[in-house]
Amino acid sequence: MGLDRRDFLKTLGVVGATLAVGKNFGATTKKDTKTEFYGMLYDPTMCLGCRACERLCAKAHGLPEPAKAPEAGVIRNTSEIQRTVVNCYKTSKDEVYIKKQCMHCNEPACAAACLTQAMCKTKEGAVIWRSEKCMGCRYCMVSCPYDVPKFEYHSANPKIVKCDMCHDRVIKGEMPTCAEGCPGEALLFGTRRELITEARKRIAENPKVYTDIIYGEHDAGGTGFIYLSPVPMNELGFNPAIQKESYPALSKGFLYSVPSVFVLLPPLLLGIHEATKKDHKEGDENE
Amino acid sequence: MSNTTYPIAKDNDGQPIWKFIFSELKPKTKFFTPFNIISLPIMLLGLVLIVIRFWKGIGAVTNLSQEIPWGLWIGFDVVTGVAFAGGAYVLTFMVYILNMHKYHSIVRITVLNGFLAYVFYAGALLLDLGRPWNVINPIIGNNFGTSSVLFLVAWHFLLYMLAQLIEFSPAVAEWLGAKRARKILSGMTIGAVIFGITLSTLHQSGLGALYLMAKDKIHPLWYNEFIPILFFVSSIFAGLSMVIFEGSISHKVFHRMISEKDNKAQNGIIHGLAKICTGAMFAYLFMQLLVFIHGKHWDLLNTGMGQWFLLEMFGFVLLPMILFYISYRRNNILLIRIAAIITMLGVILNRLNVTVIGFKWDMPIRYVPTWMEIVVTLAVIFTEIWIFKWVINRMPVLRDSPSWVKEEN
Ligand code: SF4
Ligand code: SF4
Repeated sequence: MGLDRRDFLKTLGVVGATLAVGKNFGATTKKDTKTEFYGMLYDPTMCLGCRACERLCAKAHGLPEPAKAPEAGVIRNTSEIQRTVVNCYKTSKDEVYIKKQCMHCNEPACAAACLTQAMCKTKEGAVIWRSEKCMGCRYCMVSCPYDVPKFEYHSANPKIVKCDMCHDRVIKGEMPTCAEGCPGEALLFGTRRELITEARKRIAENPKVYTDIIYGEHDAGGTGFIYLSPVPMNELGFNPAIQKESYPALSKGFLYSVPSVFVLLPPLLLGIHEATKKDHKEGDENE
Repeated sequence: MSNTTYPIAKDNDGQPIWKFIFSELKPKTKFFTPFNIISLPIMLLGLVLIVIRFWKGIGAVTNLSQEIPWGLWIGFDVVTGVAFAGGAYVLTFMVYILNMHKYHSIVRITVLNGFLAYVFYAGALLLDLGRPWNVINPIIGNNFGTSSVLFLVAWHFLLYMLAQLIEFSPAVAEWLGAKRARKILSGMTIGAVIFGITLSTLHQSGLGALYLMAKDKIHPLWYNEFIPILFFVSSIFAGLSMVIFEGSISHKVFHRMISEKDNKAQNGIIHGLAKICTGAMFAYLFMQLLVFIHGKHWDLLNTGMGQWFLLEMFGFVLLPMILFYISYRRNNILLIRIAAIITMLGVILNRLNVTVIGFKWDMPIRYVPTWMEIVVTLAVIFTEIWIFKWVINRMPVLRDSPSWVKEEN
């Protein structure tokens, strides 16, 4: 058996076909710079700790009524039956309430991880999960730096559960139910740009009340859900290790190298094969 | 020879093909062997557990949690299993690309082993999928998540299985006595090999790249941007150690099938593989050292995890590397086998350190697999060995090919 021009072309054909697939690996969805993402601003200094948002969220998404809140300092987590929680932290500046839910990242790790785009960033700004696409691999959970997506481990038809910023309400022109029902007006819904301007204004007007940070402006590559805070964020249970760059950027280098490997390696292998074949011509066992 | 021969002929005594396959289904060896007596109950129990898993959900049989979404089934079955299956691409590289004919006699068994490993260990992925009925979505384009490393890995698994099937298919054709098919299929070998090596390079490293986004979750001694390269290089000696280990066992078990010539060649092969392992492990250690210096984690060495890291590096990479070196200098086959086993343990350790042990290492409650996860894992391994034995007992894998194959060439 020899490798003649026909084999060579065959190999090239195979390589070409994969290249078409390979090309796509590198491309992450470029965002349309004109669309403005919606987001939310949470101001803990205005939060009453009434947890109306928890109850409204549960009702809107058909989840069980959240349990009574524990005392200050006892921290609960979001779960497969609770998409948002408001916890009370004891901090250097007294007790501070903080709401947790999906951050709706600008460049979400969960969506970059998802091999079916079941997790995706909508043009409105919400990061949503689509049941008809998801295969339940849980790679989104592995990748999300905030550990947001939850999984129904005890179901034969499990879903990924996370805040979707009430996407179906937003596309109808309504507000997310938590923002609408917040009696303290601690939750503001609007375009991300408006919210950041508003946050800056509040910090400038009350520098004694707020620390000089808008959490989420740059964290994890920028998030749709942003926070003001009277104390440093690590006092409120935020992981200080979270980087400023987006998380999908971490695997970009690898994905970009894929097409080049597909272009360069096969001809190289073929070349070596040809080169070494000659040397072994006299070899007895040549097939 | 003559191209007019009907493809399915002679070797199965002219029986119709389905009749032949049917007769081959029957056990050919003694049924109540110690291996069967141990493996059968575990496989049955595993089957029951799999039924429970699909009926009651993944949480019913595993210890996975919201914080630890991937456990033993991914970390061991898939990530480690695929590393061990790396022997197939390394050997096909040596035999078909570098034309090192010395290793030709073990290519088939290695490719078979690799193929079955992919089928079963990548297949174990299905058990771990919460919504397995949607598994075809990334293949049929609902949707193509092209920015996902897992998308790449999944596609590569699929394509590589195909490539390996083509590489192995001449053996199937010889078994069925399909002369013409054999000719066509073996003509495709070199293409499949080149394609397969390229795919392997990418998905062996891709398995490491899966964890790149979990930057804050993996212990800094194991997390670094070079995980893909480290995974790739370690898959070389992981795969070859597996070849040495598996070769030693099948040479005992299937002794009667192996021709005199191949039997004699065996030691020379093992010897050569030991040499390659030494080189690959040296390169790997050197990279680990560079990565470590680059990461500036000296202070971490003094912690429990740090000592665990040093144990992995010294006890399970450096030590077997030295053993490989000594044993190939002294031509000590037993020592090579021991080195191979230590290397394999080291690879298991490394993959589990990245995926399970070092994952959320700072959480108060650690993930420990349930006995059920372990039984299912064992059941998967045993089923693979069953199929492996079934094929070897029938097809010309270790045995020489039927005489008409030589005549044709
Ligand atoms: S916080 Fe997590 S789940 Fe939410 S968008 Fe970001 S990566 Fe996705
Ligand atoms: S679990 Fe579903 S949503 Fe999450 S990455 Fe997998 S397919 Fe995507």
